[in-house]
Formats: sequence, structure tokens, C-alpha cells
Amino acid sequence: RKTREALTSEISSTLFENLDEETWEKLEEALIAADVGARTTAEIVEQLEQEADRGELTGGEQLTARLTELLANVARVGDSRIDLTAGPTVLLMVGVNGTGKTTSVGKIAWHLRKELDQKVVLGAADTFRAAAVEQLEEWSRRAGVDFVKGPPDSDPGSVAYEAVAQGVRDRADVVMVDTAGRLHTQDNLMAELAKVRRVIAKQIPDAPHEILITVDATTGQNGLRQAKLFAEAVDVTGIVLTKLDGTAKGGIALAIARELGIPVKLIGIGEQLEDLRPFDPDDFAKALLS
Amino acid sequence: MFDSLAEKLQATLADVRGRGTLTEDDVNAAMREIRLALLEADVNFKVVKRFTNAVKERALGSDVIGQLNPGQQVVKIVNDELSALMGGESEELKFSSSPPTVILMAGLQGSGKTTATAKLARYLREQHRSSVAVAACDVYRPAAVDQLVTVGGQAGADVYERGTDADPVAIAKWALDRASREGKDVLIIDTAGRLHVDENLMTELAEIKRATSPTDILLVVDAMTGQDAVNVAEQFAEVVQFDGVVMSKLDGDARGGAALSVKSVTGKPILFASTGEKLDQFERFHPDRMAQRILGMGDVLTLIEKA
Ligand SMILES: Nc1nc2c(ncn2[C@@H]2O[C@H](COP(=O)(O)OP(=O)(O)OP(=O)(O)O)[C@@H](O)[C@H]2O)c(=O)[nH]1
Ligand SMILES: Nc1nc2c(ncn2[C@@H]2O[C@H](COP(=O)(O)OP(=O)(O)OP(=O)(O)O)[C@@H](O)[C@H]2O)c(=O)[nH]1
Ligand SMILES: [Mg+2]
Ligand SMILES: [Mg+2]
Repeated sequence: RKTREALTSEISSTLFENLDEETWEKLEEALIAADVGARTTAEIVEQLEQEADRGELTGGEQLTARLTELLANVARVGDSRIDLTAGPTVLLMVGVNGTGKTTSVGKIAWHLRKELDQKVVLGAADTFRAAAVEQLEEWSRRAGVDFVKGPPDSDPGSVAYEAVAQGVRDRADVVMVDTAGRLHTQDNLMAELAKVRRVIAKQIPDAPHEILITVDATTGQNGLRQAKLFAEAVDVTGIVLTKLDGTAKGGIALAIARELGIPVKLIGIGEQLEDLRPFDPDDFAKALLS
Repeated sequence: MFDSLAEKLQATLADVRGRGTLTEDDVNAAMREIRLALLEADVNFKVVKRFTNAVKERALGSDVIGQLNPGQQVVKIVNDELSALMGGESEELKFSSSPPTVILMAGLQGSGKTTATAKLARYLREQHRSSVAVAACDVYRPAAVDQLVTVGGQAGADVYERGTDADPVAIAKWALDRASREGKDVLIIDTAGRLHVDENLMTELAEIKRATSPTDILLVVDAMTGQDAVNVAEQFAEVVQFDGVVMSKLDGDARGGAALSVKSVTGKPILFASTGEKLDQFERFHPDRMAQRILGMGDVLTLIEKA
């Protein structure tokens, strides 16, 4: 299976041979093609054009270097680490339908247990989608971590409550709560999510310590709306940028970083347990244009 | 601030009124707005280029003395061209003269295949009084079979599954034999999500096709997809020559430029719109409505009528 080529390939230095009208057009197209969006693209191109006008950039190689630096700087916002000092640290996973929440919860759990020897509890608060509970249960088995579910048709808040309660009782290091996919336009479902968060905060005042939104790398400009409305509903702390193993570059994450200041924290590069990586702005910037 | 492209074009071309003809500068200014609106809607940039060239040619050739002001005129041209590109009439599924009709569902991970499989089963049962079976050929994703058992059952379809130990191609072949034996009108095959660049899984899909000779192959595309939609569609078209598209998650606020991109690069019609998580949120696709959605031009006709 193809996995990581997309991340490791570098921009060929021949992408921009020199600096002329055509160069700027090519650059613009490359950014648009990566889903960076027309507005963010225009600003980046304009800045580089100005630098070139001032004589700070002479030639394609310099342009490429400066461009990657600029893109990486845009992507480098906020704190991209996940703080695990609270006991237990509570992590809430949110996002629109099918973007990779449940899979990412499974991957993170495995990583925490295997690499950091943490005790982890997963809470199956997607009580809506068919077989969502069974799906998370299978991930908990693969990851070798504990699992909490409610009776059929239970309220997501009560499952989240139970999972955190068990985490506290068992002195777990991390509790992760998976939630149902929902479109950011569904007000009632967004209110439900806010309630899940409040229920968690009732048990541990600072919790959830981390609220991650999954953004599918194939998402276009709608990703910005998704991040904005989820952030308004539950104070999102970071992004898991999933499905970067395809040909999509995930450029919308750049627009999100620039306009909303939400950092990407992790990336998904496949469907297996080990297909999760920390986000590296420099690698991301290079891969955007490759 | 102007929200819709229609309003932006009105504003851009406001002072042309009464001048009689659109100059090249007027048209270029209008094209910039159109280009931005289309890119914002996630229409692929190559498709945008072709499209604006076509619109530009028509706009330059047209005079503006008629009933419409220049802004309205350009809006109308854009709307006409976009509707033409999207395809005029909504198209239909094909049905086999020797049942079962076999429908193969394919697409990227999480695009909405399993949900669409159940929705289509329900739709065919209700609209065509068909007896429907669905086959569970996703043996990879955790609980994918359970999911289809649940939603297929809710749709009133028989769910053919053999767990996760069998090979998807073998399951598909077995399901087809069983559907024939049991006299089903329709068999819908749900498959695992796969990346268009995943050679093994794309080969598997081609083998499922070879083993079942589907009447229709449907590509399920998420309405929120960005610029990559054309790569995905082109690759799936090359490997399995799909017949039509299901656009999913159209209940959100994505403009859905992916629809235009996919239609434009593959020529395949979009047959169905999936508009929610519930099984009855599924309908035939209307190209004209999509054209207006992409441009945020729901008010085009009112604007033109006001002229
Ligand atoms: N190629 C690839 N597939 C992924 C990745 N992450 C998740 N997937 C797949 O995407 C599909 C959806 O993943 P889920 O984890 O079920 O997504 P979800 O957000 O929980 O979905 P809902 O709960 O239905 O909203 C599954 O087929 C996953 O195997 C990734 O990084 N790469
Ligand atoms: N809002 C909305 N959600 C949808 C729609 N269609 C599917 N979904 C949701 O999207 C998520 C993924 O749908 P699935 O049908 O499981 O997608 P899939 O393509 O079978 O996914 P994989 O098998 O993992 O590749 C689920 O949460 C569905 O409920 C739709 O039209 N609107
Ligand atoms: Mg899930
Ligand atoms: Mg599925």
C-alpha cells in the first residue's frame, strides 16, 4: 500500500526556473490546486511578488526556498503539542461525517499505549451512526486499551460522563471520547456537542483538555467553515489532518491556520494503527507543492 | 458586501449600463469575479479556466441593448453555460433486462457509500417496487459489515454477508449467484473505501466488476471535496469506467463545485443527491439547481425577472 511518498517528496527545484509573469501564475495554480484557497493564495503570491520587486528574491531556487519557508510559517500557529500532564487528560474528537474521527481515536490510543505506556480509556459517544460503537470497540481491541459504551440509544453526554468517570476511577492517563459525525450547519447537533463538553467539564473543571477536529485532506474550501463553526461551538484546540496518503494536499489547513489560528497537531496517512504522525510544518509546506 | 455572484456582477458592471456594448475590460472584470466565485466553490481550476474562456467569448459577442442590463446579461450567460455543463435533464439508472440489476458502489473512504447503498435500496423498493439485496464486500474497515447489516435491514433489503474472512471478489460473486437464485430484482454491492492511487484496492475493484458485470457502477463523491475531485474521478473512470455519480452530504453548506468538476472531466452524469444521514434523505439529482448552488445564484432568476 502506498503511504508516505506524498509527505517525503520535495519540491523539485525546477518548479520555478526564473521569476516572470508565468512563474507567478504557476505558483498561484499550484497553491489553488492544493486547496489553499483563492484568498490565502493571493496574499502569499502578493507577498512574494513584493519581495521579488524589492530585489530580495532573484531566481527560482530562492523563490522556492522562501515560499516553503513562508508556507511553513503560516502553518506554524499556536501550540502543536498535546499536553498530557493532567490526570486523566481528556481528549474530545469532533468533526463532520466520515472525516476519520473514530479511526484517529484508535490510532492515537495505540500510540499512547505503545510508545508512551499510557493507560487509555475510549468512550463511544457516537450513539447515532449504525455500528459506530462496534467500530470503536474493535479499535480499542487493536490498540489494547479500555472501552466504555452505553446501553443502546443512550445519550452521548451520558456515555462521555461514564468514560471520564471510569478514567478517574481507574487512574487512567488519558480518556478519549469519540463523537458522531455532524455537519457544522446542524445547530441542534452542534448544541449537543457543546453539551457533551459541559458534561465532561462537570467532572474535571479543565476538561476536555484537548478538543481535536478531524479535517479530511480532500476537503475544499468548506473546511474553513467547518473549523470555524466547530471552534465556535466547542473551542477546538487542534486539527487532525486525515487521509494525507492520497493525492490531496490538505491546503485548507493553511487557510484554517491563517484565518482561525488553529494548529494542525497530527496527520493521518492510512487506515492502520501506525498511520499517524506529528504535524511538521516544514514537511507539510514542501509536500503542498510537490 | 455582496453575497452572491449575481450581485457582484451587477456591481462590477453597473456603469456599463446604457453604453450599449461590453468592452473587453468590462468582461475581464466580470471574469475575475466569476473565477473567484468558482474557485471558492471548489470547482477545479482547470475547469474554471475552460469555463471562463467560454463565458468570455459569449459575453464579448453579445450586445447589451436588450431588456437586461450588462450585469444581468453576464449572469444569464454564466447560468446558461453552467447549466449546459452540468447537463440539462436529470438522468436515470439503467436496469438490466435479465435481473438482477447489479449496482456497484465505489469511492474514497468515508464518502458515503454504505449509507448510499441503503438509501438506494430503500429508494428502489419504494419507487420501483423492486426486491433488493445488498452485499457486504467491505471486509477491511472495522464493523463495516455490521453497519451495512443495520442500515440495509432498515431499508428493507436482504443483506448478504459472509463476515470479514472471505475475499471481497468471492463475496461479490457469491452474492450475485444468491440474488439470481432468490429472484431479486436488484443487487447493490457495497465496497470498502479506497484511494484512487491504491493499486491493490483499485485492482480489487476491477476484479469485482469483472466477476459481477454490473449494470451500473456508481461513484460516491462527497460534496465537500476540493480540487482533488478530478484526480479521483479520472482514476476511478480509468479503472472501472463508472456510469454515474452520487453526490453525498449535500445537506451542508458546501457549494459543491466538485460536482461540476467531476461532470466536466468524466462526462458522467450525477444521478442522485444524498442529503442527510437518514435513509429517506436521498433524491434524484437536478443539474439546474446545482448550477445555481455552485454560484450562489439562487436569486438569478428573480434578478433577471426584475429587469
Ligand atoms: N486513506 C486513509 N483513510 C482513512 C484515514 N483516516 C480514516 N480513514 C478512513 O476513512 C473512513 C472514515 O473513517 P472513520 O474513522 O470511520 O470516520 P469518522 O469521522 O469516525 O466517521 P463518522 O463517525 O461516520 O462521522 C474509514 O474508511 C477509515 O478507514 C487516513 O488517514 N487515510
Ligand atoms: N450529513 C450527511 N451525512 C452523510 C450523508 N451520507 C453519508 N453520511 C455520513 O457520512 C459518514 C460516512 O458514511 P458511510 O456511508 O459510512 O461512508 P462510506 O463511504 O461507506 O465509508 P467507508 O466505508 O469507511 O469508506 C457517516 O457518518 C454517514 O452517516 C449525507 O448525505 N449527509
Ligand atoms: Mg466515527
Ligand atoms: Mg462503507
